[in-house]
Amino acid sequence: MLRDITLGQYYQTESILHRLDPRTKILASFFYMLSLFLFTNVYVYVLALAMLLLMIELSHVPFKFIIRGMKAIVVLLIITAVFNLFLTKGTTFVSFWKFTITEEGLRNAGFMSLRLIFLILGSSIMTLTTSPNQLTDGLERVFGFLKIFKVPVHELAMMMSIALRFIPILVDETDKIMKAQLARCADFESKNIFKKAKSFIPVLVPLFVSAFRRAGDLAMAMEARCYQGGQGRTKMKPLKYKGRDILTYLVFVLYLAGIFVCGILLPKLLPIY
Amino acid sequence: MSVKDCILIADHLTYVYGSGTERVVKAVDDVSFMIHPGEMIGLIGHTGSGKSTLIQHLNGLLAPSEGSVYYHGKDIHDNGFDRKTFRSKVGLVFQYPEHQLFEETVHKDVMFGPKNMGLSAKEADLRAYEALKMVGLEDEYFYQSPFDLSGGQKRKVAIAGVLAMRPEVLILDEPTAGLDPKGRDEILGLVKSFKEKQNMSIILVSHSMEDVAEYVDRIMVMDNGKLVYDDVPEKVFAQYKHLEEMGLRAPEMTYITDELRKQVFPSLPVVTTLQEAKEAILGTFLLDSGVSL
Ligand SMILES: Nc1ncnc2c1ncn2[C@@H]1O[C@H](COP(=O)(O)OP(=O)(O)O)[C@@H](O)[C@H]1O
Ligand SMILES: [Mg+2]
Repeated sequence: MLRDITLGQYYQTESILHRLDPRTKILASFFYMLSLFLFTNVYVYVLALAMLLLMIELSHVPFKFIIRGMKAIVVLLIITAVFNLFLTKGTTFVSFWKFTITEEGLRNAGFMSLRLIFLILGSSIMTLTTSPNQLTDGLERVFGFLKIFKVPVHELAMMMSIALRFIPILVDETDKIMKAQLARCADFESKNIFKKAKSFIPVLVPLFVSAFRRAGDLAMAMEARCYQGGQGRTKMKPLKYKGRDILTYLVFVLYLAGIFVCGILLPKLLPIY
Repeated sequence: MSVKDCILIADHLTYVYGSGTERVVKAVDDVSFMIHPGEMIGLIGHTGSGKSTLIQHLNGLLAPSEGSVYYHGKDIHDNGFDRKTFRSKVGLVFQYPEHQLFEETVHKDVMFGPKNMGLSAKEADLRAYEALKMVGLEDEYFYQSPFDLSGGQKRKVAIAGVLAMRPEVLILDEPTAGLDPKGRDEILGLVKSFKEKQNMSIILVSHSMEDVAEYVDRIMVMDNGKLVYDDVPEKVFAQYKHLEEMGLRAPEMTYITDELRKQVFPSLPVVTTLQEAKEAILGTFLLDSGVSL
């Protein structure tokens, strides 16, 4: 069940997106997210959708796999839609019992849900095509300027890469410990919420113990190899921009220009919504 | 022995990991066997051959993709079959079982199983005490934190945690992994004593022939998800050439006596342990020199 969460996972395969420099992908995702917040009209969202589909196609990640990540946010999506639907004031569209749905509410709910979906899918494409190591390398460089403000960028990036590295290990571990306790007749299916919470103590205690043990081992191994933080540390594979990265930046500049056209010009020429 | 008095039947079990994804692994492939009362079985196979996956079917933790498991003639995946109670009857000790310890004291941790079975506090207490005695842990540790014990002691406590449920069948997944030779002999000796004292059926999972040769009376060999051999040790070890192809080795004694048979005593039988080798060599030697025993 824990394995089903594909949000933030890396999907190993061969594609141009996988080969891009992580910095390019991080900045491009940032521009994409930005574009979703600039304007709210049908033209902009059609263009955003086209861009998303293009990226999904280029990523070579099966569509099913990407969609599976959406399961995690279904609840959030429903809540957003419902709140927007019922709590937006404006011209009444339909009304029944104590509830009124306004035209504005309908519009807001629709665009908000789309925005959420595009946001998640857009950032999923970045994480799906970038290995955790590359991702942290990229983040370290993109946020490198913060070092001037004494932000420990390297250390934060290192912590993040270790955390990402350990997620699948801890998921496996949880699975194993749960099975071991099930073998001792443990019951995790209690309907009573207090009983249910209590039944997870035999899983959580060993899980924490093992996480601390692993952390200790890792710290020792890093010390033994003279790790001492980012000062003067060189990289085996320094990040270098290639032709395809330049091309990507160009595509995104064009995309943003397109967003502005769709956002400002088109509604004036052909006004709908 | 007949089908009727066997405890567990595995009937054409197949298990596939990750069905419906890109990485499909057939970890168990059409495996069938029976387990009778009081048997001591060695389940052997190279790492990744599917041993751990197979044994998780025997106490219902994994449901087979195809095939069935029967416990005293009842399909364990039938509706209405009480799998929770069943799990106390087929005790499974996972690899590195000490990683499952969680209670404040050793004694409380061992009581976890019996308490889950719905036994009274008194009965659970008694069973925990009895189980800790069985694994030979000294009394002074009973009320200490399990996290303060040594590796070998922790493992004994974890095994006691399963024994306390008084299972009919005890399955141990690589119980000697990561122990020193002394700890290894101690654990294996204990397992043998469970069988002798309690008449439990025992399945000992291992990737080392040397480990099990001395203790078991039946060996099942797995390779790539398939059950390749299921026979008495002598018969299985006689196939040591094939075992080697599967990345396994027969015990050292099998090789020594094999050389002896080729070079000196053509009538020497296949042996598996030092004791057997001694008797066989002496016997053959005396026979050859015309002295009867
Ligand atoms: N949770 C799992 N998910 C996917 N594949 C698995 C999982 N557990 C084991 N496997 C695979 O199943 C096969 C058999 O594994 P396992 O039963 O652990 O073998 P053994 O215990 O003999 O070493 C291996 O190829 C392993 O990679
Ligand atoms: Mg195993």
